Amino acid sequence: MRKSLIAFILTLLAAWPARAQDLLDLLNATEEEPVEYAFATFKTTRLINGHSVETYSGKELLFLISHRFGRINGGASEFFGLDNATIRLGLEYGITDRLGVGLGRSSFEKLYDGFVKYKVLQQKSGAENFPVTVTLFSSVAIKTLEWPEPERENYFSSRMYYTFQTLIARKFSEGFSLQLSPTLVHRNLVDSLADANDVFALGVGARQKITGSLSVNAEYFYVFPGQISSPLNGETVQNALSIGLDLETGGHVFQLHMTNSRGMIEKLFVTESTGNWLDGDIHFGFNISRVFSLGSSEGKGEKRKGDAPAEAPPSW
Amino acid sequence: MRNIMLVALLAISVQAAQAQNRWFTKEGYVRFYSHTPMEDIEAKNYQVNSLVDFSTGDMAFSMLMKSFQFEKALMEEHFNEKYVESAKFPKATFEGKYVAGTSIDPRKAGEHKVTVQGKLTIHGVTRDVQTTGVFKADGNGTVVGTAVFTVKVADYDIKVPGVVKDNIAESIEISVKTEYKPM
Repeated sequence: MRKSLIAFILTLLAAWPARAQDLLDLLNATEEEPVEYAFATFKTTRLINGHSVETYSGKELLFLISHRFGRINGGASEFFGLDNATIRLGLEYGITDRLGVGLGRSSFEKLYDGFVKYKVLQQKSGAENFPVTVTLFSSVAIKTLEWPEPERENYFSSRMYYTFQTLIARKFSEGFSLQLSPTLVHRNLVDSLADANDVFALGVGARQKITGSLSVNAEYFYVFPGQISSPLNGETVQNALSIGLDLETGGHVFQLHMTNSRGMIEKLFVTESTGNWLDGDIHFGFNISRVFSLGSSEGKGEKRKGDAPAEAPPSW
Repeated sequence: MRNIMLVALLAISVQAAQAQNRWFTKEGYVRFYSHTPMEDIEAKNYQVNSLVDFSTGDMAFSMLMKSFQFEKALMEEHFNEKYVESAKFPKATFEGKYVAGTSIDPRKAGEHKVTVQGKLTIHGVTRDVQTTGVFKADGNGTVVGTAVFTVKVADYDIKVPGVVKDNIAESIEISVKTEYKPM
């Protein structure tokens, strides 16, 4: 009897309420595992030429200035291509966190373009799991250059180009992200019967972060063979290969790159890149983006639980 | 024999009383505020877990860094990606003790000034902090705790790149407000 009582008391003592550290353990034990969404898979909406899976958050406006210069092998007399610049000005707007729209104007071929982008699926881990982020992309481009042969009957529809992409990306680690971009470019008017109106291509892109604000990107668009046979300005059409650096400072992202493409929209770089890297037909280029917040993200309520406290602490 | 029984009973009752003095919230509020001539930055977290034991004075806080909401989505992204590295260090925690002038009965209406002391962990770095705060019991089963203090960004090994140095203050003001209910 006595023994069992002592045992009883000892048990009680052992179960004595624990002190501060165990309080934290207790807290941790009550926490549910959250769903972790992958964020910042890429720094901005472009990998280099092509779109990334990223969409800008709701009510954010992105102003994008892009330049591509002439070929580096133009030599000193062309100032290594810098004498010959093309520009694209673009505006992109996030209607919601997942839905983005954009407009652009390229000096090259006097092209206007517009696009819609929707993030369908998001990579997540933790309480829920999904391995990749998937974004659907669709764009229209209108070439407003004067007709090369004004005498013949020219249709407005012949100025139109369409692009459809399914962008699939995975952020493998904090530093490394990989993207696959199956692409279809539809051209209403092509040079010859041997050229396909619908061009299928597969884009592959990756980024590796060097520091928090600096990353190296690479991008390649493989056009499945037999679709483009006519030369362009006397040169064979090549697959687009680009490498670049992303530098982020506050609301700006600077992207500097080397590419064999002249154009900054899909129909140009997927189906009309003529530079050959091995011959030095490399264009230097950059994108500069600036984000403007037009609304406060606080109104969204999506992430919010509970309201602001009714009364502020004394010293607020 | 009787005595032993008494001690045991006493032990049980003390333990029960202590357990009842643990108060808890899952919807605590923590705000931080950075002020510079260039820019004011504010982030709010409404999903802070906290426990306080009014019998021992022990306190604990735990929050997910990703639950901080910023005015601009890009700030939130930079905060998580570059500054506090939420993927590596998902949580901020505090564990410590409060000291009050007199013992606090959380069920009786009243306001109590306290000194709170303990270890604050942010970005994987633990520092001793001390601040004053207030517990305000409404006598109806709610105790509201509030406190305001500052921390230095550099103390927690958070690196701010030169280009945004003018936009982020060296000292961040942290405000806490928790509405505890008995556990």
